[in-house]
Amino acid sequence: MAQQPTSFENTSRQRISIALLYGVLILYAIVTLIPFLWALSASFKPLSEIIDSSTNFIPRQFTLENYRQIIQREPLFLRWLWNSFFIAVCVTVLNLIFNSMAGYALARLKFPGRQFWFFLVLAILAVPIQVTLIPTFLILKAFGWLNSYQGMIAPVMVNATFIFMMRQFFLSFPKELEEAAALDGLGQFSTFWHVVLPLAKPALAAQAVLIFMNSWNNFLLPVVVLFEPEMFTLPLGLNSFKGAFISYWNYIMAASMIFTLPVLGIYALFNRYFIQGITFTGSKG
Amino acid sequence: MQKLKISEGAVGYLFITPALLVLGTFFVLPILYSVFLSLQKVQLLGEVQYQFIGLRNFQRLIEDDRVWIALRNTVQYVAIVVPAQTILALTLAVTLNAGIRGKNVWRILYFLPTVTSSAVLTLIFMWMYNSNGLLNQFLSLLGLPTYNWLGDPAVALKGIMLMNIWSTAPFFMVIYLAALQDIPRSLYEAARIDGASAWDQFLNITLPLLKPVTFFVVAMGIIGTFQLFDQAYIFSGGSGGPNNATLTLVLLIYQAVFRDLQMGYAAAIAFLLAAAIIIVTLVQKQFFAQEE
Repeated sequence: MAQQPTSFENTSRQRISIALLYGVLILYAIVTLIPFLWALSASFKPLSEIIDSSTNFIPRQFTLENYRQIIQREPLFLRWLWNSFFIAVCVTVLNLIFNSMAGYALARLKFPGRQFWFFLVLAILAVPIQVTLIPTFLILKAFGWLNSYQGMIAPVMVNATFIFMMRQFFLSFPKELEEAAALDGLGQFSTFWHVVLPLAKPALAAQAVLIFMNSWNNFLLPVVVLFEPEMFTLPLGLNSFKGAFISYWNYIMAASMIFTLPVLGIYALFNRYFIQGITFTGSKG
Repeated sequence: MQKLKISEGAVGYLFITPALLVLGTFFVLPILYSVFLSLQKVQLLGEVQYQFIGLRNFQRLIEDDRVWIALRNTVQYVAIVVPAQTILALTLAVTLNAGIRGKNVWRILYFLPTVTSSAVLTLIFMWMYNSNGLLNQFLSLLGLPTYNWLGDPAVALKGIMLMNIWSTAPFFMVIYLAALQDIPRSLYEAARIDGASAWDQFLNITLPLLKPVTFFVVAMGIIGTFQLFDQAYIFSGGSGGPNNATLTLVLLIYQAVFRDLQMGYAAAIAFLLAAAIIIVTLVQKQFFAQEE
């Protein structure tokens, strides 16, 4: 028979285990934050303070010089920021429209071949991107789209994962609303734009933040598509910046922070949607 | 007013056509094109020219030492990172789910590395891995041996592993957390009445009920780690060094295309990668099914 602990033992044991839990949480929070804080602190330190290998997180000589210098020494920096932003916005908007339309059609509209197209979307989900990468490069070359915004946008303006996600979302959507809209004389187009999409806002928001982040942080596609520094996105720019200023860690960290802060801002505002989006993609397993 | 009536079938196709055009041009066509390329010797200078060489690209795979090195590095990477990040993700999720105050605040904080670009994270870690960087100073403070993380072939890949575990675990933690919420509280209450300890409850309730999620997390982890590229590329400046220690299959594909201009051979390596992913995923599926 199991030994029943007395209530006193029970509470003291509970206290220890709760202290242990918080201990683990705090420890891991430190592990998570240290790299960010260390990089942030370096971005405000002069080079001399960095190379003497001290471990102070608060700069002894606080300076904004690094941020001024990177924009002066790398005139393309603001251009890279713009390229990343422009591409990410276009990719996000196009994905929202096309994935939702395709997902809606697969979930709610009856048309010949629907099963086949759905199967095709599922099959595409299973193919690793590297298999399609080289032909994509050759196709873009044939279109004359290498080193261009089109080349960065067209291959990723539709996403099979999110078509699947939107289909699942629309499957569980109440049918009555569409029926009511049909009774009001709305066509299928207006029903989609004016009734269905506004109600799909949470799913669209989750999709938007994840796609924006993916585009903003993407490294493989720009490495393949872009080769002139003027067209670089920030990750590529950062990499070439690192090559030019190796061992100027104060500059590299300042550049990294400029790249990271907008994303952290978006994350701080919309973190709810990140979690929703991931949970949704996760629950298909 | 009489509206033009379009049939549902036409609307369906209107809605799905943009997606089909893009998927057709940038997924279906490339897959077929890849099969074609892998059987050709491709001449890229000037006009693109093809010469059929049968299976010679695949034959070359077997004879190429760097393919074996890249395959070994990649498999090693998958074998260490996937279990480590899965266990860490599960530990964090279970800890957060144990009736902690301010669960959301912790979750938001832990999630930070996942939203940060791999390029930025790699640069930050390269700096911490410097021979007199933060990590070595911390290690020597504890009296542990220090390493030349960036230059020593014995530890360079381990440095990337450490970074990857740290940055990916929170992503899977979020998936685990959502799944933990779906386990009915009554199961734990019943177990507690029967005198089961917290550890017993974890082993006999939590772990078995999380099995489908664990399958998903491990499968996603395998696919993601097999495709390691950004970190290895930035770490080594695209070379896969020091001494091929960070050479991965995707980096090898990149080098075959852009350094050696051998599209056909690169396509063959890409199929090797796809085959490796499919085989490991199937083995994993079998493993999970057998335990049922």
